[in-house]
Amino acid sequence: MAIGLTHYLVVSAILFSLGVFAIVTRKNAILVLMGLELILNSANLNFIAFAKFGGLNIEGHIAVMFIIVLAAAEVAVALAIVLNIYQNYHHIDVDEINSLKE
Amino acid sequence: MVLFEFVFYMFAFVVIVSAMGVVFSKKMMYSAFSLLFTFFGMAGLYVLLNADFIAVTQIMVYVGGILVLIVFGVMLTTKITGVEIKSGTLGRFELALGGVVAIAIATFLSIMYLNVDWMTSNMSIEINSTTGYIGFGLFTEYLLAFFIAAILLLVAFIGAAKIARRK
Repeated sequence: MAIGLTHYLVVSAILFSLGVFAIVTRKNAILVLMGLELILNSANLNFIAFAKFGGLNIEGHIAVMFIIVLAAAEVAVALAIVLNIYQNYHHIDVDEINSLKE
Repeated sequence: MVLFEFVFYMFAFVVIVSAMGVVFSKKMMYSAFSLLFTFFGMAGLYVLLNADFIAVTQIMVYVGGILVLIVFGVMLTTKITGVEIKSGTLGRFELALGGVVAIAIATFLSIMYLNVDWMTSNMSIEINSTTGYIGFGLFTEYLLAFFIAAILLLVAFIGAAKIARRK
């Protein structure tokens, strides 16, 4: 059976559900961020797979470029906020945190 | 094309197993290093999909930038003296509920993907490298989005440096 579009789509579906599981069940803020990265990667895989099997257009690749830029910006800001929260609370348990100030 | 299928299944295996390592491992550091293998496996899948530039960008930005930031975050937010670098999970009920939701999403998406008759095109244009096409697209049709993304990155990094600085 030749590798087709659905093979890549199923891989990305599994990756997406693993990311959702990490976001829903983990308490640590950095692990929630890692789950977010998994979800963004699964979206990227979908874009590239459709770009190839939908006739080798380049628009999917450009969308993935912008998603990577957004992921970099998001991780930088989110980790800065996490570090600030750690200075105030001395933990980063997202269930307990309800304020950004002391 | 047996070799192609073998390589695809190898990369898919690496991606899924290491993503499971990210999600299920008890220690934060193991999760971060599993994420490394996930990103490399994704780059391999991109290469199989004729996306050479995106594959290299994936390795440079995700592994060289985002993963380093995450590892720094893991190391800076754990107590050096305390032993615990625990990832922290919920109770059994919440865990089961999250697992059910995740499995439901995976099965729903997979069934949808397998049943829809995707309109794929059989055009087999031989492209040696996508880099030129991506550059051409970025500087003609997507020029405004490109500049906005550049300004967004600048603002985000200045803001991150401002937020993270100690008072």
